Amino acid sequence: MCLAVPGRVLDVEDRDGTRMATVDFGGVVKEVCLEYLPDLRVGEYAVVHVGFALQRLDEESARRTLELFENLGLLQEEFGDPDEPDGPDGPEASDRSPEEARR
Amino acid sequence: MKYIEEFQDPALAERLLGEIRAAVTRPWALMEVCGGQTHTIIRHGIDQLLPDEVELIHGPGCPVCVTPLEVIDKALEIASRPGVIFCSFGDMLRVPGTGRDLFQVRGEGGDVRVVYSPLDALRIARRNPGRQVVFFGIGFETTAPPNAMTVYQARRLGIPNFSLLVSHVRVPPAIEAIMRSPNCRVQGFLAAGHVCSVMGTGEYPGLAARHRVPIVVTGFEPLDILEGVRRTVLQLERGEHSVENAYPRAVRPEGNPAARAMLDDVFEVTDRAWRGIGVIPDSGWRLSPRYREYDAEHRFQVTGIDTREPAACRSGEVLQGLLKPHECEAFGTVCTPRSPLGATMVSSEGACAAYYLYRRLDLPSAASRPLEGSPVV
Amino acid sequence: MSETTEAPDVLAWTCPLPLRDQPRVVMGHGGGGALSAELVRDVFAPAYGGPALSAMGDSATVELGGARLAFSTDSFVVRPLFFPGGSIGHLAVNGTVNDLAMSGARPAFLSCGFILEEGVETEVVRRVAEALGEAARTAGVEVATGDTKVVEAGHGDGVFINTSGIGLVPPGVDLRPQRVVPGDVVIVSGPIGVHGVAVLSVREGLEFGVEIESDCAALAGLVETMLAVTEDLHVLRDPTRGGLAAALNEIAAASGTGVVVRERAVPVPAPVANACAVLGLDPMYVANEGKLVAFVPRPHADAVLAAMRAHPLGREAAVIGEAVADHPGMVVARTGLGGTRVVDLPLGEQLPRIC
Repeated sequence: MCLAVPGRVLDVEDRDGTRMATVDFGGVVKEVCLEYLPDLRVGEYAVVHVGFALQRLDEESARRTLELFENLGLLQEEFGDPDEPDGPDGPEASDRSPEEARR
Repeated sequence: MKYIEEFQDPALAERLLGEIRAAVTRPWALMEVCGGQTHTIIRHGIDQLLPDEVELIHGPGCPVCVTPLEVIDKALEIASRPGVIFCSFGDMLRVPGTGRDLFQVRGEGGDVRVVYSPLDALRIARRNPGRQVVFFGIGFETTAPPNAMTVYQARRLGIPNFSLLVSHVRVPPAIEAIMRSPNCRVQGFLAAGHVCSVMGTGEYPGLAARHRVPIVVTGFEPLDILEGVRRTVLQLERGEHSVENAYPRAVRPEGNPAARAMLDDVFEVTDRAWRGIGVIPDSGWRLSPRYREYDAEHRFQVTGIDTREPAACRSGEVLQGLLKPHECEAFGTVCTPRSPLGATMVSSEGACAAYYLYRRLDLPSAASRPLEGSPVV
Repeated sequence: MSETTEAPDVLAWTCPLPLRDQPRVVMGHGGGGALSAELVRDVFAPAYGGPALSAMGDSATVELGGARLAFSTDSFVVRPLFFPGGSIGHLAVNGTVNDLAMSGARPAFLSCGFILEEGVETEVVRRVAEALGEAARTAGVEVATGDTKVVEAGHGDGVFINTSGIGLVPPGVDLRPQRVVPGDVVIVSGPIGVHGVAVLSVREGLEFGVEIESDCAALAGLVETMLAVTEDLHVLRDPTRGGLAAALNEIAAASGTGVVVRERAVPVPAPVANACAVLGLDPMYVANEGKLVAFVPRPHADAVLAAMRAHPLGREAAVIGEAVADHPGMVVARTGLGGTRVVDLPLGEQLPRIC
């Protein structure tokens, strides 16, 4: 399901009362419907599926995730045993890994 | 492309694999729910790189595969009618109905068109006011909002010759059904990241608690998959069962409120038959009565369809994770992408097709052509 | 909904879906993949196959009056007629010229048959003809004979073109897949997938903006350069419909060797990779019109690669893999992460997917 790719907004316009954008996918440019992300601005990235922007991509989260990968293994050496229990199950998903939560 | 290449880095993949190898102490069976993830796994050979203890079961997350035969037969019937322009995503054209597929309808003179976006179908309807334009609205929660937008716009812009043939499915009831199945072997789930981009993560903590199963929201690039596996394995090894979001760059807890509001307006929850699995309560969406006039099933009144599923196809067991594709007697012999028995062999995302295309090399079954020696230099 | 019968007896079972023997032609039969191959094998070859046809090359090599001739024909049905970087006129010349060049021939003469749809503007026909003439001059071939037919409106797609061509195969040159042996080096002449993406970008329903143009070009000059290094090239193919995957599979199947491709070594321009990501396609299956793939004996590989890179149409040539004794008939890619996957013959036409 759900072949969705990240694209960057080049410009935004209203067409027939529908919010549309020109979105750049690394040199490939397509028209994309912004009705579900009406406040997406020029220069921002979103996940696009079948011509619709469905969620804004968060640069800070992406950076943190990659940083986590970079530090894997190193952390274990620093902190010793990784089998220390996590926090209690909250009602919402935690987007922080156990490694991050410990920091 | 930004947000893709960084998440394919081989050196970081090796780090993640090292972590998984270090963490795992016994066998675990994880299911990736989404067919897009299956595609990544097979395409990059990720399952071969994981330690033997970690088994990935390919889930029922390919909308093409699970669209019920009855709906496909209705699509074939509507697409065959004179004056109809039948629009579909490309993957649906090759799915066999009872005796034929949309390619053949086109060969018989039907006007079947492939579109990239549902809005393209709406555009075709505006350009062809004298024709009936039908869009085949299949998909999970990710594709449902784009499809919902077509009928919303058709009404707003007054496009009377457009209608939607709807067969949408929802992930959480499917996870529920899998966990309730008496033969269930799944111990942890990689949840479908893009479904959660729309729906958020609120539907999953109940499932995780009820079935004591970890659920990790996972993205689609190789590093995303490995991170999903790593977090699920860590939870299993610790005896935990919480919901984690390993795809925070594209998933917020609340999902996409505008898209969810549109879903609530246009669709209503219904029981839905999944091809190869059977009816799962509350697992689908149909058009709400407010949009009945745009419902292709209502507009075309298709009756008298006699559906017949190929008897040899065990796609149901494959979709439920009870059978690996190559363990099916028909795999690679009577059932190939060229001549598929079931939907799992049809979509490039289907578990059987993915196995056929990418994994025959190291499969012991009749699927592989005669091999000698080791597969790779 | 569906009827489930008792436990299936697979050996006694026959396919209830008539997809194996389709009663009508579907688009996939012209896609250059498995369906095309079956049509030739099951319908055409039994009806009129002879020794020359049975070689199943892009062009046939025949002896006539003491000369070795390469002989080839190709029909062109492209929509739209004009696309970034070329037109049906360019394709009609270069397609046939390249088929001849892949047997090592120097292309000499072409025939050209136009099938025009009633109602098509003569201005369009003129532009196509001019493009065709320009391409022929560039390729150094002469259009020696031609024909025109008109079909009723609605029975064609504007302009269809068939071209046939002949050329002389130099003595000592013998390019066929049967000569491939394990250890041969696989070289591709440049970035793949460019033509297919350029055409898709202007196809109705898919339109997207991309700053690439079709790689449509005549390759006879490049082949001549390569043969000047050594006559002992084993096989050449131009990976058109079905892309690099189809070309490598055909060679693997006909040669009985395996082929291993290092995925990271295959040159894929970023816009091609990204267009494929958006549409859910695999660049290995996307068409090329100005590229070739060569199986070269290892001792000559470096010199051939250097000569290719010195030619304008081979500047970005790259070694992408090798022929192996393992897994005969099968093409295998080593993925960037170190895994492996089978690169199969494409089924039929490539379709954008949502999932």
